Amino acid sequence: MMSRLPTALVVLLLVGPLLAGLAGTLLPAFGYLPALGGQELSLRPLRDLFATPGIFRSIGLSLGTGLAATVLSLAITMLFVAGWMGTPAFKLVRRLLSPLLAVPHAAAAFGLAFLIAPSGFLVRLLSPWATGFDRPPDLLILNDPFGVAMTLGLIMKEVPFLFLMTLAVLPQTDSFRKMKVTATLGYGRTAGFLKACLPEVYSRIRLPVLAVLVYSTSVVDMAQILGPTTPAPLAPRIMGWMADPDPAIRFQASAAALLQLALSGLALLIWFLLERIARRLGHSASGKRHRRDRPFNLSVLAGMSIVVGGMVAGILLLPIWSVTKSWWFPDSLPAALTAKLWTGLGEVAGAPLLTTLAIGIPASLIAGILVLWHLEAKTRARGVSSAEKAAFDGFVFLPLLVPQVSFLFGLQVLFARLHLDGTMFAVGLGHLIFVLPYVYLSLKDPWNELDPRFAKIASSLGSSANRIFLMVRLPLLLRPLLVALAVGLAVSVGQYLPTLMIGAGRVVTITTESLALSSGGNRPLIALYGTLQLLVPLIGFSVAAAIPALLFRNRAAMKVIR
Amino acid sequence: MTLGLMLKDVKISLGGRTLLSLSKTVAPGDVLTVMGDSGAGKSTLLEYVGGFLRPPFEATGRLILNNRDITTLSPQDRHVGFMFQSPLLFPHMSVRDNLLFGLPNGGMTKHERATAVEASLCDIGMDDFADRDPATLSGGQQTRIALMRLLLAEPEALLLDEPFSSLDQSRRADLRDLVFRLARERGLPVLLVTHDKEDADAAGGDLVEL
Repeated sequence: MMSRLPTALVVLLLVGPLLAGLAGTLLPAFGYLPALGGQELSLRPLRDLFATPGIFRSIGLSLGTGLAATVLSLAITMLFVAGWMGTPAFKLVRRLLSPLLAVPHAAAAFGLAFLIAPSGFLVRLLSPWATGFDRPPDLLILNDPFGVAMTLGLIMKEVPFLFLMTLAVLPQTDSFRKMKVTATLGYGRTAGFLKACLPEVYSRIRLPVLAVLVYSTSVVDMAQILGPTTPAPLAPRIMGWMADPDPAIRFQASAAALLQLALSGLALLIWFLLERIARRLGHSASGKRHRRDRPFNLSVLAGMSIVVGGMVAGILLLPIWSVTKSWWFPDSLPAALTAKLWTGLGEVAGAPLLTTLAIGIPASLIAGILVLWHLEAKTRARGVSSAEKAAFDGFVFLPLLVPQVSFLFGLQVLFARLHLDGTMFAVGLGHLIFVLPYVYLSLKDPWNELDPRFAKIASSLGSSANRIFLMVRLPLLLRPLLVALAVGLAVSVGQYLPTLMIGAGRVVTITTESLALSSGGNRPLIALYGTLQLLVPLIGFSVAAAIPALLFRNRAAMKVIR
Repeated sequence: MTLGLMLKDVKISLGGRTLLSLSKTVAPGDVLTVMGDSGAGKSTLLEYVGGFLRPPFEATGRLILNNRDITTLSPQDRHVGFMFQSPLLFPHMSVRDNLLFGLPNGGMTKHERATAVEASLCDIGMDDFADRDPATLSGGQQTRIALMRLLLAEPEALLLDEPFSSLDQSRRADLRDLVFRLARERGLPVLLVTHDKEDADAAGGDLVEL
């Protein structure tokens, strides 16, 4: 019985808010929310919604940018892995992408904006000698009406995620040896990978891919920074309506949150259709070798370089802008620097920074304890069926497969009824929904890969289950555990919607504050907040690396054991 | 009433198919060698005796160790020492801490425990190794330490799952002799699973082929 308790707790913490939130969105979408004066069910919110100017364009933008970002992110990742696995280029990209995973969406979007805006670094670099511009050109590069910049931002953020998910799966699918087999049979690298490895690799990263799709079709923070504005995609428009003082518009907002759910569901259906078509088209038995794929692979490498280079250049611009006093167009470098923002950090950003940590650290610790408890209980329990394990893994992913805005709206209503909205406690609980899955995902594999014979030896030496946990399993897994906690902190730092909505605007973190600043033009201040969003996870990961390095400095084998 | 390890009508099956059935008594200090192809259930037998058998494997029969019925006891309470192919010293502990991990608390003072560990290192001619990182030891040295860690826990029987297979030929004979000598000195019944005919010859006791 005890072995099921932690599992039940985790499922409850994830699925409970999800269902409550969806219910809380559904009722007002049909006009029922007594707090706002909606006493009876009606279709008016939905009618209002579809009468809103540009609504269909918003829907189209959300679908188009989301699907395009997911297709392109997956294609770049898979084709790069296919063409370059085991090469020095692969190792380099792997080294660069791992830390990029921890970059919050908002920081990545600001970095990209600073890079490609009409007055951004790229145009400055080329001006005036190549472009002839001595003033920022009047071009809609950012916030372009078709959402190209936003799609690019999403790709830059999702490729590291999908790449690292794939990396974890490659050894499990025996892809390295399969590639050797296909090579000796005369297949080109890409053909060999696509025919022999992709089906199994894809089936194992499918949930993360679907999560990327749902996220991309419902993203708010990136859309506000990089996306079109006339009209905006659906999700950011919902946020605008929710903040409206007119109750009718707020009912319309909940109808739109429901529409967002349907929209992301439709995107999933389209995706399943694409999967079928891809399976039909993939003639793995055609016998075609596609031996000469070098030029193709080089173009894939170029695509990957743009993703990595854009991301790296963007986030390097953040600290530079944060110490910039003046940087005239079209100079390539700032004319004058100042450390004013940093020396006065306590006054400028002290409170949001503390709030960020006060939410992120407990959320990640609680997630870590719950995940450890669950994993340890599963290890101790005799014969947990693989179906049960798969079901749990699916449950853990559930919050990532539902658009945030669709259930956070209802959750906000619920917390308001409990008079908990706007408290750090409620916001922390909201973060936990998203922190838990990532902590679980990053700890699960190392935990399962630990040699079970260590525990067997310890128990045949007479050690109790608790002693084995504390003296054998925990120290052996200290490194991945700390990394998982750092991942949790990074995820919490990056949360924009849960903070904004459950916090009711009263809980201000470095991420919500940076978005609040984004419409103003104070680039150094935005850059300061962006840099802080990079620094907090970076410090987290550094601590996670430093503690085991210090504790086990004289233990050679602890450097390779995960 | 007999001392030693008694496997009474032991039958292990997987999905209704019988993998092995065995009825044997291993006297104190004796070695029962089990040989067979991979997949024949050799290691499964050791897992059963050690208390680690998990579904879908099923077992019937009784295990009597020095007149104690241990069939249903948890691994912690069986007092049966297990050695695997690799020494599996805990990589996060020093050699000393590995040995201390094996030594039961049993009301000893810190000083007495330290002395016991030093003495056990002396026994295997590794006096100066207490503070070493296990990862810096040779394979043979690691196996010796793993053996002492096991013996410090005062087991009443030894289960050896091809413990010499990772060692090179010259070390193998030395370690084999050491293990069998220490088992004989302490009167421990030994269950040895191996691929290597030489192991079986050196063990000298009964041989079961699966």
